[in-house]
Amino acid sequence: MTEIVLAIAIGVLSTAGIWLLLRPRTFQVIMGLSLLSYAVNLFIFAMGRLRSGAPPVTSSGLARPELYDDPTPQALVLTAIVISFALTALFLVVLLAARGATGSDHVDGREPAE
Amino acid sequence: MIAWDVHLIILPILLPMVMAAVMLLFDERRRRLKSVISLTAMAAILIVALILLYECLTGAADGGDTARVYHLGDWAAPYGIVLVADRLSTMMVALTSVLGAGVLAFALARWDRAGPRFHALFLFLIMGINGAFLTGDLFNLFVFFEIMLAASYGLALHGSGEERIRAGLTYIAINLTASLLFLIGVSVIYGVTGTLNMADLALKVRVIAETDRGLLHVGAAVLGTAFLIKCAAWPLGFWLAPTYTAASAPAAAIFAMLSKVGVYVLLRLSLLAFGDQAAGSAHFGQGWLLAAGLATLAFGTLGIIAARDLARAAAYAVMVSSGTVLAAAGVGHPAVLGGALFYLIGSTLACGALFLLAEVLQRGVDSGAQRERAVFDDEYRDPFDDDERNEPGLVIPAAVAALGGALLICTLMVAGLPPLSGFIGKLAMLDGLANALDPASIAVMVALSISSLGGLIGLTRLGVKALWARDEDAPELVVGAAELAGMGGLLAACVLLAIFGGMGLIYAEHTAEWLGRPDAYIEAVLGASR
Repeated sequence: MTEIVLAIAIGVLSTAGIWLLLRPRTFQVIMGLSLLSYAVNLFIFAMGRLRSGAPPVTSSGLARPELYDDPTPQALVLTAIVISFALTALFLVVLLAARGATGSDHVDGREPAE
Repeated sequence: MIAWDVHLIILPILLPMVMAAVMLLFDERRRRLKSVISLTAMAAILIVALILLYECLTGAADGGDTARVYHLGDWAAPYGIVLVADRLSTMMVALTSVLGAGVLAFALARWDRAGPRFHALFLFLIMGINGAFLTGDLFNLFVFFEIMLAASYGLALHGSGEERIRAGLTYIAINLTASLLFLIGVSVIYGVTGTLNMADLALKVRVIAETDRGLLHVGAAVLGTAFLIKCAAWPLGFWLAPTYTAASAPAAAIFAMLSKVGVYVLLRLSLLAFGDQAAGSAHFGQGWLLAAGLATLAFGTLGIIAARDLARAAAYAVMVSSGTVLAAAGVGHPAVLGGALFYLIGSTLACGALFLLAEVLQRGVDSGAQRERAVFDDEYRDPFDDDERNEPGLVIPAAVAALGGALLICTLMVAGLPPLSGFIGKLAMLDGLANALDPASIAVMVALSISSLGGLIGLTRLGVKALWARDEDAPELVVGAAELAGMGGLLAACVLLAIFGGMGLIYAEHTAEWLGRPDAYIEAVLGASR
């Protein structure tokens, strides 16, 4: 059940993300990138296999590794979140600069001819 | 006694990081201090890179086992983070430092004043590039890649202006998307093999269950796509020309190295994890590399011919150079790859120099006005209105002579013509291809020859226009001493590469051979813990 919910969540997030990414307004692009990065973060998390109630690290010797959760994807997600957050913020600045410099929020920097 | 030189390998990453961080403490007005700090850092990195390179050169004459491995925090290999300096990464780090030093010298003349934090961004970029070359771990590769990209976003916008912001917006959007693909690829590979260490990955690829192989290939393909976007392979590389053309000259010149990071990772991963021993995954994606390489080569060549200013031609030359190496890797013969690696060194330096040169030549020429004019405008000229052109005894100022010589060297390098090192690399590639003579080799031979011709036509035409047939209203050519020194340094490196061509080519060929024997790399990284 959890698997299906997670898979649908990732699917919906990436569908919405890709659709927004392909839209002509810069704000839609940045929203699309954010949604896509959420989808990817969940995906990385899912790649460590879904388990509930399993401790991530052992305290006294690694007797049976299959009892524990894999901590690596969690570390990866953390790094990925930080990096994508920082770069989205940076993109936002460029977006505002583009809006200021070109007077348009279209990705081409000018309004399309009617 | 603890040998100090085991820590040498981490210096190309630590030095720029620390220096860039220190630089952030100082106010933008203290330019002199910043220039001194960044020049010192760059010189130190260059020295370290050359020491590493020298060790690789002398380490084993048979082209053997010279991977230097650094375990961070002394954690054992597949669990801890490793840095690996083998022949290929050392070569790339040395190339980055030479290019970086030349570009920095050029930038000190005036471009570092065009916007804030140039020096810090530049050093962070160098750190990211060096880290990407030295890391032995997929996730650290991602981290260094992002450091490099974050710095490059700043540098792409350096100097500001509407065109840069517009091109920068596309550049950032594309690269953020590519980074997401990178993450998907890495996590799928992790999900299948349970490892992020490249050497360990190569071992796991050989033994995974056949039912998992499809998923592994999906992961590798998604990861490969991210790097193909980075090295601007056709049809993923349309962002490159507008961005590199719009970026300020020093930024564009160092960006020539960024595309090579994509090429490097593709080479590294495909040869390490998907070599002969990789069971059902042997040579996975090689055909795609060949196809992408050929298409990029063709597109880049057409781009150089179609370009109407030198900076754009230089951007397409970067694509030609990436395409050449990808196609050579796709053919899959070590001899061809050796030639391609040697060509990569020279062509990267030449592309970087070409960006710098283009800026000097086009300084003050309004590129907007140029774009308005008809393509063959120069052929429709009033014959009686052209007196001053025929004046005898035209005095050639020193700047024109120097820049003309520089452009000549760049053209010869990019087109791969004698007597410079581009030719040696191309000849080695053609020789290897002629020995193989299968359909793929013949296709690459034809593409290489045509790209030489195209590069020659395009760059000669633009050079004649920029130097000999300058518009009357264009300002005098002036070039500062530091700018000339930076450019001259890069070009001198090209010439040195030709003079010591034999040694360089042997190094490149040994590198290709070494890449063909992934077991040696795995042994070096995992060693006893295997």
